Amino acid sequence: MNSYEAIRSSIKAGDWLTVLLGILCVVLITLKLWNGEQADRAIIRSAGKIFKEVPLSRDTQIEVPGPLGISIINIEKGKARITSDPSPRQYCVRQGWLQQAGEIAICLPNQVSVELTGSQKKYDSLNY
Amino acid sequence: MTASTIKLTATPEDHHVAKMAAVALGLTVLENAIPSPLPGVKPGLANIVTLIVLARYGWRMAAWVSLLRVVAGSLLFGNFLAPGFFLSLSGAVFSLAALAISMHLPQRWFGAVTHSILAAFAHIAGQMMVVYLWLIPHSGIAYLIPIFATAALVFGTVNGIIAARFIEAAEQPQTEPHA
Repeated sequence: MNSYEAIRSSIKAGDWLTVLLGILCVVLITLKLWNGEQADRAIIRSAGKIFKEVPLSRDTQIEVPGPLGISIINIEKGKARITSDPSPRQYCVRQGWLQQAGEIAICLPNQVSVELTGSQKKYDSLNY
Repeated sequence: MTASTIKLTATPEDHHVAKMAAVALGLTVLENAIPSPLPGVKPGLANIVTLIVLARYGWRMAAWVSLLRVVAGSLLFGNFLAPGFFLSLSGAVFSLAALAISMHLPQRWFGAVTHSILAAFAHIAGQMMVVYLWLIPHSGIAYLIPIFATAALVFGTVNGIIAARFIEAAEQPQTEPHA
């Protein structure tokens, strides 16, 4: 009896079932916990205070005034982006569409930010 | 003056528990020398001993061996009553609870591999509970669960196969001379 057969013989039929169920559980847990949650709301902040909270289900365009001028935020097909902003480097505009819960675009000079949230908040950083 | 002596009578069963716990302890020490990519991800080789004891002497002995190993191991590594000790303890208690249930599965179909996998999952479940309720009460630790679950499945299966091989090997000499 070679070692491969020896290992085979020590695993009973029900053990295979347990292994398969185990793999299924791990895959499901991983998909559930590691997949970014779909966002359903956008929180728009201006100068640190909540300016407006809007659902992502409705397409809309929002104009947010800041110290430098007006930032324009677009919401389309469950996604959100800052379309135009008076900030010099345009970081928040170049970030493009935000889709997952926890994603955030910040225009520091104009003090405007858009954050997406789901039913549960996702982490933007982790440490232990 | 008469010398008073305290005599503890140890049954052969006690000796056996001590021996098995010592073997488990040896495996724990050995395992600590293996570098791990993430704290908490380790093979849990000592559980092979617990599984063998469970199969041969029943749950009560297995619980003794497992808990003695946790306490003695923590004394050895100097973390008795430290967070690491309570993590080991919660893992061991949950594993033993899982084994108490899984050992009643029909033996024809379910062997040490099943027990090992179920105990490994119970182990991380118990540990994550202690971590969440006491050490890091932040939902961020959920992010680590898939890593621990994968490790539990892999190491649980491997340990189970090793334990099953030992259990088989121990059963064979008893049957062969009479056959």
